[in-house]
Amino acid sequence: MKPISKSIPKRDHLTKANGSAMYVCDYPTEDVLFGKLLRSGVPKANILNVKLPGLPEGYHYIDKNDVPGTNQVAIVLKDTPVFAESTVEHIGDPIGMIVGPNEHEVNRLLNETKIEYKELEPVFDVKKSDVVFFDYNYEKGDIEKAFIEADKIFEEEFETGLQEHMYLETNGLIADYSNGKIHIHGSIQCPYFVHDAVVHAMGIKHEDVSVAQDTMGGGFGGKEDHPSVMACQAAVAAYKLKKSVRIIYDRKEDVEATSKRHPSFCHYKVAVKDNHITGMQINVLYDAGAYTTLSPVVLQRGIIGACGIYNVPNLKVHGQARKTNTVPSGAFRGFGAPQTFFAVEMMMTHIAKDLGIDPVEFKLKHVSKQGELTSTSGKFHEPVPIPSMIDRVIKASDYYKKKEKYEKSTRLKSTHTKRYRRGIGLSAVYHGGGFTGNGERDLIKAVVKLKKDPIGNVEILTAITDMGQGINTVFAKIVSQELNLPIDRIIINYPDTSKVPNSGPTVASRSVMIVGELLRKAAAKLKEDWIDGREQIIEEHYKHPEFLIPFDLSTFYGDAYPSYSWAVNAVEVEIDTYTGCIDVIGAWGSFDVGTPIDENIVIGQMEGGFLQSIGYGMMEKMTAVNGRIRNNTFSDYIIPTAVDVPNMHVMLHVEDYSHGPYGAKGAGELPHVGGAPAVIDAIQNALGVTLNKTPFLAEDVMDVLRRQKSNG
Amino acid sequence: MANEIKFILNGQEQVYDGNLAARLLDVLREKFNLTGTKSGCKEGECGACSVIIDGKLMNSCLIAMGRVDGSTILTIEGYSETERFLALSDAYESVSAVQCGFCTPGMILASESILSSNPHPSEEEVRIGISGNLCRCTGYNSIVKAIGIAAEKGSGLW
Ligand code: FES
Ligand code: FES
Repeated sequence: MKPISKSIPKRDHLTKANGSAMYVCDYPTEDVLFGKLLRSGVPKANILNVKLPGLPEGYHYIDKNDVPGTNQVAIVLKDTPVFAESTVEHIGDPIGMIVGPNEHEVNRLLNETKIEYKELEPVFDVKKSDVVFFDYNYEKGDIEKAFIEADKIFEEEFETGLQEHMYLETNGLIADYSNGKIHIHGSIQCPYFVHDAVVHAMGIKHEDVSVAQDTMGGGFGGKEDHPSVMACQAAVAAYKLKKSVRIIYDRKEDVEATSKRHPSFCHYKVAVKDNHITGMQINVLYDAGAYTTLSPVVLQRGIIGACGIYNVPNLKVHGQARKTNTVPSGAFRGFGAPQTFFAVEMMMTHIAKDLGIDPVEFKLKHVSKQGELTSTSGKFHEPVPIPSMIDRVIKASDYYKKKEKYEKSTRLKSTHTKRYRRGIGLSAVYHGGGFTGNGERDLIKAVVKLKKDPIGNVEILTAITDMGQGINTVFAKIVSQELNLPIDRIIINYPDTSKVPNSGPTVASRSVMIVGELLRKAAAKLKEDWIDGREQIIEEHYKHPEFLIPFDLSTFYGDAYPSYSWAVNAVEVEIDTYTGCIDVIGAWGSFDVGTPIDENIVIGQMEGGFLQSIGYGMMEKMTAVNGRIRNNTFSDYIIPTAVDVPNMHVMLHVEDYSHGPYGAKGAGELPHVGGAPAVIDAIQNALGVTLNKTPFLAEDVMDVLRRQKSNG
Repeated sequence: MANEIKFILNGQEQVYDGNLAARLLDVLREKFNLTGTKSGCKEGECGACSVIIDGKLMNSCLIAMGRVDGSTILTIEGYSETERFLALSDAYESVSAVQCGFCTPGMILASESILSSNPHPSEEEVRIGISGNLCRCTGYNSIVKAIGIAAEKGSGLW
């Protein structure tokens, strides 16, 4: 490890530990109005009438008629309304908002409000939906020829479910009004997204809006698009009433109304010749929910990863995101990749099993190598460390010995009368760092600033938010190292768009790799130009690395990502055949995120993400019945506790990225890609079957066991 | 007043004459401005609202004010003035066990509750002891490690 990897105390440690950190819910409520949304109770309808109870003095109803600019929330497209126009498209769709000084009174008024609807036929089954929001295709090689020449063709469909972020702090923000200006602050992952959305909806000048992040209780993607919706709503009310308005969701509202991971169906048709995969034809279908929100970008990442880490010479991929009348899907750590990586990892194990080849060996035979083409005919420019990472995980988990033992026992009759069965599984995945394609160059165009005061303290100015992942500590380390200045001379605060340049959103595992590198360059410049006793400002703009093959989004051709982070995960389970309960008795992960800027922080990211991903595999099941989310609390949507995965071992592999700060690559999302396929592979191994969906719960185990019994 | 109750909050006697059905969590946050006690669910499921009442870890969202008459209540604000807090805080800091921090005040009070009844817990005992406190960020390993470090370094404090 390099010296910079050595951990230092996190900047936000003490205020969070002693409870003094100010989250948005901790701000005083005097002179602040409570806003609570009136939401649709039906999945699709025309709104005929909203009948309000008599509103006491000081209480107000806000709806589309109050939006001074355009009744649209600008996300990628602009189809999400601030408040419903004349129709509602999902249960929970906001129609209006009651605002007033007392929260209980606001709730009472809301309960007494009657909405008259003319209900319309909703669509819940994404396969039956005929509203295609996004449709992408790409090809490499000659897939038809691969099928004609194949010895064997495999076909299978995979299914993944909804996943909810369940950050401990729900969504919330406050809009302040003064002299025609709007200031928003709260639990906001991407302040400039919110800024632009408020400007558009309000129709006011860019400089009359400012957006600041408060201390945040987690995000994981769940506070990427939704704060834009809430901010527009709060801003409309604050502007009209000339008062501060706060919207803070309770848990149920947060679960029911905010985005989740896209449910998916992925269909694979694979050509094999001489025990080698020669082609894949893949159809990906994502359930976008009622509005487009972030679906185009989520789908792009999903289909680019559809052939996993493997070199597939003939490839044809088709992806669609379609509308259903359910809560919109959105960003969640991994951003479209966990779905397709799950599918391809399972597909690989199933083909290997059928061919009688060990699945890990089969995967290793197909892993892409440095210099080879990616799915989109870009290049893996840097080394692919998967083989040595697999080696390490296999040793740490004792994979082969266990695998063989468990496999054998599933074939013995005597096992079927035993209560407990064990299994072990393994996955190997990547995550591309930064925005897909030319996003960083053409859309984001990140800018950072360093401001040195006359005393010689240096302030870091970027739009990147620290939601707990530790980026403020990491940025301070980078700048302090480059300037050779003690860490306490570096100042970094939560961003406010009136003070920081637009360095882009805090997404796509880009913060360290892209923005961190800009800061490093800025610091290097400052060091060179350093003049004692003077204020100095250094600005640094993003430049696209020249070694990249330009990416064309219309053909999906070129380098989709400048660099790749890699992970190998193994999971061992024990299944209680009396109850179906699945216990994870061991989890091992090797992660390559380049040089860790802070070892503890990176390990914390890997452990936290790995556990979420294991949850996605065997616990976190969310169902919507007729468009209504059924699991809207912690008691029916179960996330892992401290006793669920007691043996988790995270190892770091370091393969530096030439254009990242000190070799760092993307980190945050990587651990959420491979956990679920490793868990499901372990369950397959324990039960002696092939499985094709995640999550897989006790009731699913019981189904398999029942079928096994009836088949004798 | 008939429905007046008294309790000790972070070492100071308090008199409360408000609604006795109100949640302790809300009263702590709104009336006493002790916002270090967090609200994650208000259903007794997440542990973010943990406080120590008469030496026991409790979810303050499930406690009605009527029940705290005569009790001694410790919140993170009071606890952070103790040496034990410093030992735990240093341990958490040394392994970067605080990420978003929303679970942290509750987690630290849960740590206190474990160590005060069992100064040298096994890893399993620690895991069981914090299993009522959800953390979505860390994966728990660092927190478990931190409690072990505190037990060792803060030996004698508990
Ligand atoms: S807020 Fe009390 S347990 Fe969640
Ligand atoms: S640190 Fe975020 S929930 Fe525990």
